[in-house]
Amino acid sequence: MKKIDVEINGKRISKEIPDHTLLSDFLRNILNLTGTHIGCDTSQCGACVVHVNGRSIKSCTAFATDLNGSKITTIEGLAKNGKMHPMQEAFKKMHGLQCGFCTPGMVMSAIDLLKNKKNPSDKEIRDWLEGNICRCTGYQNIVAAVKEAASKM
Amino acid sequence: MASLVGSRVERKEDKRFLTGKGRYTSDINIANQTYAVFIRSPHARAKIKKIDTSKALKASGVVDILTGEHIAKDKIGGLIAGWAIRSEDGSEMKCPPNPPLAKDNANFVGDPVAVVFAETLDEAKTAAELVKVDYKVLKAVSNLADTMNSEAIHEGIDKNLCYDWLLGDRQKVKEAFDKADKIIKLDIINNRLIPNAMEPRACVVDYNTASEEITCYTTSQNPHLSRLIMSAFGGVAPENKLRVVAPDVGGGFGSKINLYNEEIVCSWASKKIERPIKWVAERTESFLTDTHGRDHITHAELAVTNDGKFLGFKNETIANLGAYARVFGTVTPTYLFGPCATGVYVMPAAYSNVKAVYTNTAPVDAYRGAGRPEATYTIERIVDKAATELGMDPIEIRMKNFPTEFPFKQTLVHQVDSGDYAAGLNKAKEMADYDGFAARKKASESKGKLRGIGVTTYFEACGIAPSPVVMMLGCGVGLWESAEVRFNPTGQVTVYTGSHSHGQSHQTTFAQITADELGVPIENIDIVHGDTDKGTFGMGTYGSRSLTVGGIAIVNACKKIITKGKKIAAKMLEASEEDVEFKNGEFVVAKSNKKKTIGEVAFASYLPGVRDEVKSPLPEGEEPGLVESSFFDPANFSFPAGSHICEVEIDPETGDVKLDKYTAVDDFGTIVNPLIVEGQVHGGLAQGIGQALHENAQYDESGQLITASYMDYTMPRADNFPEFNIGFTCTKATTNPLGVKGCGEAGTIAATPTVMNAVINALGGEEISLPATAEKVWKACKSAKKTDAKAA
Repeated sequence: MKKIDVEINGKRISKEIPDHTLLSDFLRNILNLTGTHIGCDTSQCGACVVHVNGRSIKSCTAFATDLNGSKITTIEGLAKNGKMHPMQEAFKKMHGLQCGFCTPGMVMSAIDLLKNKKNPSDKEIRDWLEGNICRCTGYQNIVAAVKEAASKM
Repeated sequence: MASLVGSRVERKEDKRFLTGKGRYTSDINIANQTYAVFIRSPHARAKIKKIDTSKALKASGVVDILTGEHIAKDKIGGLIAGWAIRSEDGSEMKCPPNPPLAKDNANFVGDPVAVVFAETLDEAKTAAELVKVDYKVLKAVSNLADTMNSEAIHEGIDKNLCYDWLLGDRQKVKEAFDKADKIIKLDIINNRLIPNAMEPRACVVDYNTASEEITCYTTSQNPHLSRLIMSAFGGVAPENKLRVVAPDVGGGFGSKINLYNEEIVCSWASKKIERPIKWVAERTESFLTDTHGRDHITHAELAVTNDGKFLGFKNETIANLGAYARVFGTVTPTYLFGPCATGVYVMPAAYSNVKAVYTNTAPVDAYRGAGRPEATYTIERIVDKAATELGMDPIEIRMKNFPTEFPFKQTLVHQVDSGDYAAGLNKAKEMADYDGFAARKKASESKGKLRGIGVTTYFEACGIAPSPVVMMLGCGVGLWESAEVRFNPTGQVTVYTGSHSHGQSHQTTFAQITADELGVPIENIDIVHGDTDKGTFGMGTYGSRSLTVGGIAIVNACKKIITKGKKIAAKMLEASEEDVEFKNGEFVVAKSNKKKTIGEVAFASYLPGVRDEVKSPLPEGEEPGLVESSFFDPANFSFPAGSHICEVEIDPETGDVKLDKYTAVDDFGTIVNPLIVEGQVHGGLAQGIGQALHENAQYDESGQLITASYMDYTMPRADNFPEFNIGFTCTKATTNPLGVKGCGEAGTIAATPTVMNAVINALGGEEISLPATAEKVWKACKSAKKTDAKAA
């Protein structure tokens, strides 16, 4: 067991957890933040993407205890005062989601892209999202949503 | 009030999904729950000699371990095939028993043989490692082509043959072929796919010791049917003591139609161990045990005249059922496949002969399109081959054989109510700039690249499945759908549907049609589905049936509401019922300004006597309340159709196929929400293109699935696609009041042959099998080069 002190979605969290707890399991099973999803066991699908200190990572690839002192943002932490983040709004407007399972990871990845690149081209968006698998949308409306968000952010 | 049907209404379900508040099965936790881990056969075919659980039972945290012996002792039934198919000789199909936990024989890698329940997931996994299963490994039947000559997998099923089915007239086909100028022949393999919904399967089961009720939360496309099968065939509990809930479900694509072993086992065991149970599949478990799709070997022949008229068609197919026949396993390669194999064409004579066989692989069942993609792939590939061999343009040969009048009696079964195939193809041709292809090909060639163009025109039979038609075909079950429309006293509306949304957007589209029918603002309408305790019964969602069957049940229930509402309004307004008209949410007395809103009528219907203007608003003999239900069983299937055109550019040095342009023009009849329908087309295309260029489920000789992770099974990603160019034509369905036809499967049905026709066109007609991977294409380019060199 190890002690971990982190800030998650603006709240300080202090917990004693088993050393081998993955960040994804810490979020889902210990903190009940079930918006972060698990779609595979090989770090391929990207449904579990969250931000650690402002950068997107696959939360199934990190041990929670290695992130002591970090600031973590999950899909639950994006909306402010009941108002959705422009990326969330854009996904809604452009129908960038269907079953919703890959969506949290997709949104978190896309926000990180716009941090790195203000107005990405279609190709840059598609290349960036290569690590997030969606089985429903054929990606077209996801690309459209990212562009819509870029025009608003 | 403006009509909402036809509007790009943003989805009501999105906010919860976008803010991380969706509630999927694996998000559910119940106090005091145990965790289940299944022990699965690592062998494709083996006798189970002995299972030793003694060591595992003593491991930390273990609550219980159950095996096939236990489940057999409790007489819990297994999984079933939903459709009875007869062979050409009249004999009944042969289906092996499929117990929830294998007791004597394991028949595919992943077949569950035992289950561990423990206090934590880690403890369950550790204990599972300690369970010793003694197997006698047998030679696996894994090669589809050799299956009928292999040792029988199941006792009493000779040649591993489930049925040898025929649809059509062999004699007529022979006569047609005798008259032909040319016979086009094609051998194809429709490769095996794995549906891969992004949410892995899961179930959380809670047994209430007080009420003796089992609640099973599960990842299902049709919870009502799961309950029925678990109760009537499994004997897990009577239906009134079994509640099945499919909350938010993360995609299905056919793989979540079936009830699965794990749901039966956990439901039965929860009562046995008197503890809640949680089971969540890991991705590799999903790969191994979700039902797979396609997997056909087909020999097809098309008889043509020299000027490109079709005279007759033969389709000889071997279809892989996998180890067991599941719910749609037997109907997918027959009635969902055979009739559509003649495509959109006037075909004077045809037959489809399908031999469905068992192999030591995961069960094969419906996957998006189910049978119709296989049918369309067969006909659209052979039609292209005919065009090449006759030296005709692929569009010209298609146009020449389209029906010109509707209703169109399709050769094998279907009476197609409406359509205009030429209009769709013409529109696609224009949108794709078909005539500009030659110039683009030249430009590609100047860069050392090859360019090909592919065309497909498809139709499909969906809105599954009208009782009058399927019963005529010899199937025992018709698949109607139910709806209940409930006005609350204060005017909001709750709609209960037996269909299920796992991405399809029912919460929005069903609310749109309800809003239009009742004149109630869409914000005041809620759609409820996915819970056997909420809603009477339902057949679920698959086969593009939710709107065409379930949606119409809602419309019909709304119409009943209006009929009753009119009577109440007439009484309230002291007018005769004939003078009351319903429009935009108001009951209005003709030639007067007297009116009542539907909300006022609803309120009065629940609270008769509260209003002071009349003593009771209820006409004599009328019961209080404003609730109506409807069961809709359509008279026929619906028949979406369309034409797709795509272009690929191939780098002969690497074999890389770049999908450069893709145009889809579809006729879905009335479109309720274009935003959502476009999304359905995009997603369908991605899966069809996935089959053509990327995806392939592969078993080795010993029956091991060697593509059982995302490292090995190629899932299409964002950078694999161009921006799709989408268009529509519209001929309304005449068989339902909305004129809708269904849109969920179309993209998948059309895309595979469209892309493959383009690849083969680029390769100068050289056959290539699915999927057209860089390796195969590179080899084809190399062999073409050699041939060219020899010729020179």
